[in-house]
Amino acid sequence: MTSAGSGLTLLQTCALSLLVFTGASQFALVGALAAGGNPLAAAAGAFFLGVRNAFYGLRLSQLLALPRAVRPFAAQWVIDETTAVALAQPTRRATRIGFTVTGLSLYVLWNLTTLLGALGAQAIGDTDAWGLDAAGPAVFLALLAPMLRTGTERAVAGLAVLLGLGLLPVLPAGVPVLLAALAAPAVLFLEGRRRGTSGTSSDHAHENNDVPEEDR
Amino acid sequence: MNTWIAIGATAVGCYAVKLAGLLVPAGALEKPLVRRLAALLPVALLAALTAQQTFADGHTLVLDARFAGLGAAAVALVLRAPFLLVVAAAVLVTAGVRAMGG
Repeated sequence: MTSAGSGLTLLQTCALSLLVFTGASQFALVGALAAGGNPLAAAAGAFFLGVRNAFYGLRLSQLLALPRAVRPFAAQWVIDETTAVALAQPTRRATRIGFTVTGLSLYVLWNLTTLLGALGAQAIGDTDAWGLDAAGPAVFLALLAPMLRTGTERAVAGLAVLLGLGLLPVLPAGVPVLLAALAAPAVLFLEGRRRGTSGTSSDHAHENNDVPEEDR
Repeated sequence: MNTWIAIGATAVGCYAVKLAGLLVPAGALEKPLVRRLAALLPVALLAALTAQQTFADGHTLVLDARFAGLGAAAVALVLRAPFLLVVAAAVLVTAGVRAMGG
């Protein structure tokens, strides 16, 4: 629905959900295109948001132990929700069932609501009057909120906001977001330096901080 | 046409990383630094995107009804509301503020 409000056609909106099928990337792409961004810069931002799925895949491939021939078909369903459900299952059989059921039902629902949303947006015309331009940032905020567990994440988020807003007036659309991504390595680098100067005990404290992250 | 290029590039890229995770041997991406960076990249991107789509109007920064909507979404998140309710809160409050001429 947001996407149809941003000038994409019905076909483009549905193709996005069918082919990309990872929500944050889709909203990022649509937002960047609506802002008049270069298509490749827009795609690059969406791509970086999708990189986390590779790490979900790493964990899932050990748990699911799928035959190689099946993996290309399973890959499209490797997203936040299926990973969360699959990781919570006690046995391999339950993991496979959880992954398949979650993947299939989300895929069908997501694409169905995309179609209905796009049709609905066409019907109501001016989507801004209905406040639908606030849906995009609200989705991002909802995805972001559970990630802000420690000071490191908050520092990265804060720096990224400053970069994203500060560079917006001076650079072409889509580029400031990509540069804001540099907040991640920048904060990691500063954190590494601080750790390097404060000895080994804080090193261990830091390793412990990592544990909840891996439980995602 | 440009839109189709962007959709195609995103689809191929996003599918490739999903598949890579399933195919690559476990050890290759398990380095702590790579893991940390992969976990922090979405944080940076989502934060920047949230801020831009709230305050950006083309190349200028503005404070309008969307900010009120985002505030409502933040309150909903603090109250642990479900995802759809968070988005609905933002949409409704933004539309409401706009209807009142904000």
